[in-house]
Amino acid sequence: MDPLDSFRLDTRDWLEQNCPDAMRFAPSGDVMTDADVCWGGRNCVFSCDEQRVWLMRMAERGWTAPTWPREYGGGGLDRAQAKVLAEELQRIRAHNPLDSFGISMLGPALLKYGTHEQKAQFLPPIVRGEIRWCQGYSEPNAGSDLAGLQTRAEDMGDHFLVNGQKVWTSYADKADWIFCLVRTDFAAPKHQGISFVLFDMQSPGVSTHPTRLISGASPFCETFFDNVRVPKTQLVGELNRGWDIAKYLLTHEREMISRLFGVTGAGQVAPADIAVRRIGLEHGKLAEPGLRGDIARLEMDAAAFGLTLERLRDEARAGVGTGAASSMLKYYGTELNKRRQELLVSIHGSDALGWEGAAFEDGLVARSWLRSKGNSIEGGTSEVQLNVIAKRILGLPG
Amino acid sequence: MSLAYNDDERMLLEAAQEFLRAESPVSALRGLRDSADADGFSRALWARMAEMGWTGLLVPEVHGGLGFSHMGAGILCEHMGRTLCASPFFATAVLGVTVLNHAASAAQKAALLPRVAAGECILALALEESARHDPLAITTRVTATADGFVLEGEKRFVLDAHVADTLIVVARTSGAAGEAHGISLFLVDAGAPGVVVERNAMVDSRNAATVTFQAVRLSPEALLGPLDGGFAPLERALDVARSCTAAELLGVATEAFERTLDYLRQRKQFGKIIGEFQGLQHRAATLFCELELARSAVLGALRVADRPDADLAAAASLAKARATDTATLAVNEAVQMHGGIGMTDDFEIGFFMKRAAALRMLMGDAYYHTNRYATLAGY
Repeated sequence: MDPLDSFRLDTRDWLEQNCPDAMRFAPSGDVMTDADVCWGGRNCVFSCDEQRVWLMRMAERGWTAPTWPREYGGGGLDRAQAKVLAEELQRIRAHNPLDSFGISMLGPALLKYGTHEQKAQFLPPIVRGEIRWCQGYSEPNAGSDLAGLQTRAEDMGDHFLVNGQKVWTSYADKADWIFCLVRTDFAAPKHQGISFVLFDMQSPGVSTHPTRLISGASPFCETFFDNVRVPKTQLVGELNRGWDIAKYLLTHEREMISRLFGVTGAGQVAPADIAVRRIGLEHGKLAEPGLRGDIARLEMDAAAFGLTLERLRDEARAGVGTGAASSMLKYYGTELNKRRQELLVSIHGSDALGWEGAAFEDGLVARSWLRSKGNSIEGGTSEVQLNVIAKRILGLPG
Repeated sequence: MSLAYNDDERMLLEAAQEFLRAESPVSALRGLRDSADADGFSRALWARMAEMGWTGLLVPEVHGGLGFSHMGAGILCEHMGRTLCASPFFATAVLGVTVLNHAASAAQKAALLPRVAAGECILALALEESARHDPLAITTRVTATADGFVLEGEKRFVLDAHVADTLIVVARTSGAAGEAHGISLFLVDAGAPGVVVERNAMVDSRNAATVTFQAVRLSPEALLGPLDGGFAPLERALDVARSCTAAELLGVATEAFERTLDYLRQRKQFGKIIGEFQGLQHRAATLFCELELARSAVLGALRVADRPDADLAAAASLAKARATDTATLAVNEAVQMHGGIGMTDDFEIGFFMKRAAALRMLMGDAYYHTNRYATLAGY
């Protein structure tokens, strides 16, 4: 048998035995809620014991980070095997055992730029979901112009002294550690004075303040650094070369965001299904013809987007990938989700306006719709992505 | 099932690219148009395609073809789209052969497919009866007689009919327009008495005709596939052909886009390369994203087409709708971004706009396929 086929059978077998029933979405109509998401970390509260067990079993095999080297706790799978694992997880509609910025963003950067000691120290706890990371990038005056950041790190001999403020730090109030861009050279051109450091959020001088969004939720924080001591061993890569790492990490962030928002995955209900339930059919067709057309176009674009994710993985495996596609995926995936949310509002009619109370699912439709407006801003705006595509992929000047 | 090309497909792609650029550039189409060529394509080019095995690409090896993948047919269509190659390749080697593969008896295959593979038989599918695609609205009538059948009706937008040797006619043997049951397929000699082919001059300077059947007498052996049950093999063949048309649209769109990018990189106005302007950069970047999605939809459909047991309908509609909309956008942006020169006949970009329009209508536009996609999904 083809080794990949036998890997698939073994994987299927193992998942059948080890993925608890409570960690699988029902075939249809089962909507993912916050309780289904496991972020791990020191203060992790599991929504049920099955969630803890599922994370532990997957982490033991390194399958929370399937392609990372076994040496650092990962699964050691090649891309083809990782695709099989993803397909088999999708087949049983398994919950993601661990949502983690450590896995999706910091890990790839550490694997590329970190020292052996840094990898050995930081990667295994990420795989096991023991340390939850947040990202210190944006600042009040450094949004799209991220490289204009002003948070300063002064060289104090054996450590840096960090002072400044970050904004839009996702879940900073719940995170254990931060990967943070700081300015270490104020005289150099802006891209050449930035360094990439890691530190514990419990360090003296770190404080966070949640930012309330138009959706009512507060997934982001303002984060303040007041004379925070950061040991120099926690500098990743070379001093003043942090922008390279920042950009590399951003490509992973964009891919993560595009996967999150671009496709209707397990635990999400397709707008068409909701529309059929709420609006009904006339002569076999959705009773609101204009809406029907828009829903179909969305579903088709989403299907084409899903095929694009698949194709880029296949091409990368065949060694013919462009490698510069993350901006395209980020742009298209988030714009798709905004369209999807607008359609869901139309499908729900005035019920979409409900903000509180069980009858309106505590405003789930309205809050999701409002939250989606940030998709095309966070992780680089759509306009920044289009700039990147124009210059780096299409080779347009300026 | 990988969406990346395998080694055979990559080799075919490289050969196609090289051959079509050298032997069939856009200027060749201009030449056929300006000389009002009677065939509307080059017989010499067609013979070369037969030598390379392209005419038999989808013909099984046992019948003298290559038995290549549908992905391969898509690759050829895409690159023919890039150079606007005029030939009966699509009508014969994709649409015609696929209908025969799915509907013909062993004897019919043995009689026809080797000749098609050798480039000695051009096929044309006589399907449409109205201006908008509707494969169920068939009223062309075939009635049984003592010694066979009689065919009566009119077909339009029949690609390559005036150069075809054999027509495949979609006709009704029972039931009413709109019903799948009662549709049957027939092989009709293009020179048979009562067959009248009127070549139509089309916007894309390519071959299409109106075909009238006036009491055309057919032998019992003319029936292709089951009586009254021709729609199922026809629909599968249409979906293969739609996927390949989508591939040609992708080629048209990609070529128009790349020519436009070249122009943006060199044209100067206001003392600047116009590609520096963000207003144009963002439009180009948006179009790039649309092209990438269209490519994925096309490759996805072609891969499904290579699995005989898989349902192709939704994938083919996705590919045709997505490629149609993307190509329409690409050629419109191409003319606009080229400015005045894009409006001139001397410049080639307008040829791409015209071809995209013809392919857009062929076997269902984006509205048709969006409606079909929703219907297939149960809403």
